[in-house]
Amino acid sequence: MRRDKDRFLNVLLVSPSILAVLIFIYAFIGWSVRVSLSKWKGLTPDYTWNGIKNYLELFADPRFHVDIRNTLIFTGVFVVGSVLLGFFLAVLLDQGLKGEGFFRSLFLFPMAISYIVTGTVWRWLMNPAMGSRMSGFNLLLKYIGLESLANAWHTTPNWGIAAIALAAIWQMSGYTMALYLAGLRAIPHELKEAAQIDGANEFQIYRYIMIPLLAPVTLSVLIILGHMSLKVFDLIIAVAGKQLPLDVPAIYMWQATFDGLFYGRGAAIGILLLISVAILIIPYIRYTLKTEAEQ
Amino acid sequence: MKTARNFGKYWLYAPLVAMAIFYLLPMYVMLVTGFKGFEEIDLKTMWNLPRGLALDNYIEAYNKLSPYLWNSFKMVIPATLLSSMLGSLNGFILAKWKFRGADIIFPLILFGMFIPYQSILIPLVQFMNAVGVKGLLGLAMAHIIYGIPITTLTFRNYYASLPQELLEAAKMDGADMLGIYRYILLPISIPSFVVVLIWQFTSAWNDFLFAVVLTGNQQWPITVALNNMAGSQIIAWNVQMAGSLLAALPTLLVYIFLGQYFLRGLLAGSLKG
Repeated sequence: MRRDKDRFLNVLLVSPSILAVLIFIYAFIGWSVRVSLSKWKGLTPDYTWNGIKNYLELFADPRFHVDIRNTLIFTGVFVVGSVLLGFFLAVLLDQGLKGEGFFRSLFLFPMAISYIVTGTVWRWLMNPAMGSRMSGFNLLLKYIGLESLANAWHTTPNWGIAAIALAAIWQMSGYTMALYLAGLRAIPHELKEAAQIDGANEFQIYRYIMIPLLAPVTLSVLIILGHMSLKVFDLIIAVAGKQLPLDVPAIYMWQATFDGLFYGRGAAIGILLLISVAILIIPYIRYTLKTEAEQ
Repeated sequence: MKTARNFGKYWLYAPLVAMAIFYLLPMYVMLVTGFKGFEEIDLKTMWNLPRGLALDNYIEAYNKLSPYLWNSFKMVIPATLLSSMLGSLNGFILAKWKFRGADIIFPLILFGMFIPYQSILIPLVQFMNAVGVKGLLGLAMAHIIYGIPITTLTFRNYYASLPQELLEAAKMDGADMLGIYRYILLPISIPSFVVVLIWQFTSAWNDFLFAVVLTGNQQWPITVALNNMAGSQIIAWNVQMAGSLLAALPTLLVYIFLGQYFLRGLLAGSLKG
């Protein structure tokens, strides 16, 4: 009796959430797919069948080529930068220094701030003005005698997106550090001590023991950061608004849909983004659930 | 050997301090610019310390942004509380009750954590317009619904880690399922609640994408208002800096006082709960 009542309660309590997820995520994805296959352009919905024409047009669209190129540059700079910096900081903090907690909190605090705030501030830090009107990072470089490194940051032709990635590294490298630090702490001390007894130096210990053991952490980091860079939107908007040289798929989706009312194209970009995220994330979820089940 | 290693460690502070400066630079500019009087505002002296402690910039930024700060609070607080409650209930049921199809439902919920919202944005706006839910209410709803995956996951991981005997013992005592939840699990879930509340508060406060599609200019939360202020040519950069600090302050304070929990939320967000 009670078991039946419990089961009924279970269903009653959990089904609204499951239903909400199924509708607001999966049915909506299906709806987006349908829009992406339609001729909808304008304020009133138009579901006239258009086949995969919106996708074909996108693949031939020079603006979309810029988006893909920018996404690749952003991902490369952001992921490599965050991994190297995060790992470096984690190793430093793992040396048992005094004040470790303080530095750890300090490296991580940008995570608490919105991309909009980061972008608003970095926009002024990356002020490209030269000569007597120098300010921001350029001025700082001049102060420390590195004026030759002063540059146009996000307004650099073709490579401006890499400067945006620097702001993203500032924001996310602490997160990478936290993941690596948790990974380092999980490695048993005996392993390191055994290697020391065998005469391995600090560098060899990291090269041959720590880094291979941290491979699962590195995989998580690459996937999490990689999927974030596919979605980057707020940060670019806050630094530079909607400018073609710094365009990415998320911004194009935005402009096509809400500024241009070209819903068919906007939906197609959204679905392409979803597919690229799924390619990264689905194997990751399967891998995580499998290791969890084995434990 | 031991002294040599300890001595060798002092130089490690050099890179640590250098990196600390790197992370603090933007905060430094935000802070000092805010405290400068209008007459000493100049991009060329951006890095100089203020001459006194003027509050002009903060006052002007607050006057411009305060309605939007309140909008954010009005939307974020109920959204955070509700989605945490939902997540706890779901997590409890999904951790303890193996129903048919759980193996399919669970990965589906998980994947929902990662989707780019661009792929559901058009239906979301159409749906909200069709049912007439607009402004802050619609935005809070979006945060609750799209928060279900992460809140459910965090609680499920926590409840699944508890010993089964705890629940068995309670059943023996004649408690029904809701009784177990209310009297046994809820009291020991406080740390998980803090983690989830902080996580939801931070992500709803910092959200821009949902806010910009679901709200009009009376109901903008702070992120949208700040971005529009920064985009306008009329408002000086010093006021933008002060405004940025105001917009960052609530989540920064949460981070400063509850940083440990924040970190746990981050790790849960990468599936490593």
